[in-house]
Amino acid sequence: MNAFDWDAVGEALPLLLEGFRVTLLATVLGTLVAAVLGLAIAVAGRAPSRLVTVPVKAVMEFIRSTPLLVQLVGAAALFTSVEPLTIGIVVLGVHYATYTSEVYRAGIDGVPKGQWEACRALSLSPRRTWQAVILPQAVRNVLPALGNYAISMFKETPFLAVITVQEMVFEARKYGADHFAYTEAFTLAGLVFLVASYPTSLLMRKLEKRLGH
Amino acid sequence: MATDSAPLKEPADATPATGTAAVEPLVRFDKVVKRYGDHVVLDELDFTVRRGEHVTLIGPSGSGKTTILRLLMTLEKVSDGVIWVDGSPLSHVRTADGSLKPAGEKQLRESRKKIGMVFQQFNLFPNMKVLQNITEAPVNVLGMAREEAEARAVDLLDLVGLSGKVDAHPSQLSGGQQQRVAIARALAMRPEILLLDEVTSALDPELVAGVLDLLGDIARSTDITMLCVTHEMNFARDVSKKVLMFDAGRVVESGSPEKIFSDPEHERTREFLNAVL
Ligand SMILES: Nc1ncnc2c1ncn2[C@@H]1O[C@H](COP(=O)(O)OP(=O)(O)OP(=O)(O)O)[C@@H](O)[C@H]1O
Ligand SMILES: [Mg+2]
Repeated sequence: MNAFDWDAVGEALPLLLEGFRVTLLATVLGTLVAAVLGLAIAVAGRAPSRLVTVPVKAVMEFIRSTPLLVQLVGAAALFTSVEPLTIGIVVLGVHYATYTSEVYRAGIDGVPKGQWEACRALSLSPRRTWQAVILPQAVRNVLPALGNYAISMFKETPFLAVITVQEMVFEARKYGADHFAYTEAFTLAGLVFLVASYPTSLLMRKLEKRLGH
Repeated sequence: MATDSAPLKEPADATPATGTAAVEPLVRFDKVVKRYGDHVVLDELDFTVRRGEHVTLIGPSGSGKTTILRLLMTLEKVSDGVIWVDGSPLSHVRTADGSLKPAGEKQLRESRKKIGMVFQQFNLFPNMKVLQNITEAPVNVLGMAREEAEARAVDLLDLVGLSGKVDAHPSQLSGGQQQRVAIARALAMRPEILLLDEVTSALDPELVAGVLDLLGDIARSTDITMLCVTHEMNFARDVSKKVLMFDAGRVVESGSPEKIFSDPEHERTREFLNAVL
């Protein structure tokens, strides 16, 4: 009904960028959690003992079959004394770890059997086998896929607003409500997302090509 | 460091006499059975290899040659029977009452140190440079100082004719060069026994001779015990002292290369040699 208010855009931008810093922080730390935990899950999944593999599988199934939003709200309700941003980062990281672990699993399966056998023939310890031979080859194969998960996590950070994390969309909604300028605030937020994720996607595609996928 | 209770040393009386040899052979297969499901690949296989011997295993495809090497390398588990290496059971440990039970991963890793293997497909580590491929195990398994391991690796590369390739990545090498690095990598662990499974079959024909010459040099200049599976009968003739002819998981006949190649006793051997020579 109203014309697009350019003044509101100018006014909202600094606030949104403030929120964007939180968005980025959540993405970077969440990705870190997902990358490390996903790796741990993938390696644990190959443990010889079912005492390890069965519970890991069960927890993963549970996390994958419930929505991120529910997990966020649930975790915030459970851990009331923990800061919302911390909860957000951990929940995002754990949620995505269930996906990245699959990526790692595929990457590990992609390392030829002969590599494992060469390690055994040289008496390398399991630790050294993983660390020096298997993981460097597996991780190289999965970098592009991990990058794509980082981008999709980035786009899911607005869910954190629900548990009062003051990320960009939280700020946009607040500004929109205070000044009755939702259209401007959300358009701007959308643009910031676009400007940030599009070049990143291009970069990932380039990386993919360079690694020869 | 050694495994907890019973010493792994084989008392003489526990050795069922398989021959008249007074010296315990370095490798002894004692009624070794290997099955995959219902498929019996090795059927109570008995054979021995003396220290320093260079043995060639020949036989038709599917006769179990690779399986024998893989069992020795503990890449596969025996279904029954025992493999003895240097008087100790390779993949078993002795329990308190003197019986043998399958060894755990830790003990297997200890047993493997005496044995090295070179694979048909080289299996170099593509994420490491040539030098690190060779130093990885000496440093991390034997606990050798890095400088010493590197100095030895350089010597080994010299031996295999690749002194210029220290800093190359495996992908930058030809198949023959990769296989030379793989040989150097295996030798770097100073194994007593070197297993070679058709190490030239993945190579372009013009690269085969170089690798075979190298193995011949190693055989002549070291006291390493070698078990080779090969289709290169000239190599078998020139390098090995003993040829074992396998068929269907059993030794059909064994003897000096001269004997096997010019005057085989068994029809099966004759057929096989006619087919490959
Ligand atoms: N992992 C496995 N599962 C099932 N069967 C197997 C396996 N590995 C080997 N075999 C079988 O065991 C038999 C012996 O195989 P092996 O590889 O030892 O033969 P080989 O003498 O080395 O033959 P080649 O000359 O073709 O290399 C074959 O019949 C093969 O199909
Ligand atoms: Mg074979």
